[in-house]
Amino acid sequence: MRLLDFFLARRGSAPVARERLQIVLAHERALSGASGELVRLLQEEILAVVARHMRIERDMVHIKLERGASISTLEIDIQMPATTAPAH
Amino acid sequence: MQMAKVLVVTSGKGGVGKTTSAAALGAALAQTGLKVAVVDFDVGLRNLDLVMGAERRVVFDLINVIQGDAKLAQALIRDKRVESLHLLAASQTRDKDALTPEGVARVMGELRDKFDWVICDSPAGIERGATLAMRHADQAVVVTNPEVSSVRDSDRIIGLLDSKTERAEKGERMPKHLLLTRYDTGRASRGDMLKTEDVLEILSIPLLGIIPESQDVLRASNLGAPVTLNDPASAPARAYSDAARRLLGEEVPMVIPEPKRNLVQRLFGRRVA
Repeated sequence: MRLLDFFLARRGSAPVARERLQIVLAHERALSGASGELVRLLQEEILAVVARHMRIERDMVHIKLERGASISTLEIDIQMPATTAPAH
Repeated sequence: MQMAKVLVVTSGKGGVGKTTSAAALGAALAQTGLKVAVVDFDVGLRNLDLVMGAERRVVFDLINVIQGDAKLAQALIRDKRVESLHLLAASQTRDKDALTPEGVARVMGELRDKFDWVICDSPAGIERGATLAMRHADQAVVVTNPEVSSVRDSDRIIGLLDSKTERAEKGERMPKHLLLTRYDTGRASRGDMLKTEDVLEILSIPLLGIIPESQDVLRASNLGAPVTLNDPASAPARAYSDAARRLLGEEVPMVIPEPKRNLVQRLFGRRVA
């Protein structure tokens, strides 16, 4: 471990900074701009569809869009009410 | 008369060198004979007056002009060293809410008629002062230190420049330039500081200049002179002058001027702070 630390220290901390920045910015860019708008739109429309069939609160639908280099994922998390009473 | 170019100097993060850069670039542009106004948008925390050595000459400020208490001509402070360089100070006593979008639009319009270049020194952050400073810009200088928090904030500011400015809203391109400040060639080559290429790759905007970390910057601000006027031969002054020439469209080779070192510093291979 000591040896590894030694080599890491010799390599410098800049490559680590660069890698961390690339990851965090990829995530933050996905949340703003055009994709942020897409997430917001999806959230609204999914909420509307689900609300047609069950009573649901706005904060029970969570949508996450992650863009990776080779694969992007759209994660939709809907919390169901304890009793799924019909909306009407 | 040709309409002015409006340039915003911005960064998101504080303390990276926005005010130093606005003053240095403004002075370098004015030295070519162009009429330049440098405008401080940091209402409540003004500092451009101090960095430019005009703190005792501020009578009226940007907020006074916005509220109609003073005419623009009364509030503009002419630099004592370079005749075509002018300063419009921010208010120190007022709150940033005094900066209204309509007021800023009117003052920017007046400045455009009078000057060749209007340089807006943005406050840190992404609040009203920062968004109004960039609002009317034709181009932007993004001041960044080779350090993670500064690069992240610059990325955020680039996003705002591309969405919240008048140009962006009209669907026009907003030209952005990266000004890398406090750069230490030695530390970058040892792998202890992000390299220019790293920052350029991450932010993907063109490079305007690299300003080396130097005690000349602090010395100039202590004395109240833009670094380009205080010691034009110093490394940061040369780097800023080159950056100003690039703003004027000149092709200037990108070199990082090295600060002068004394014998002891040379022997130990690093500068003593």
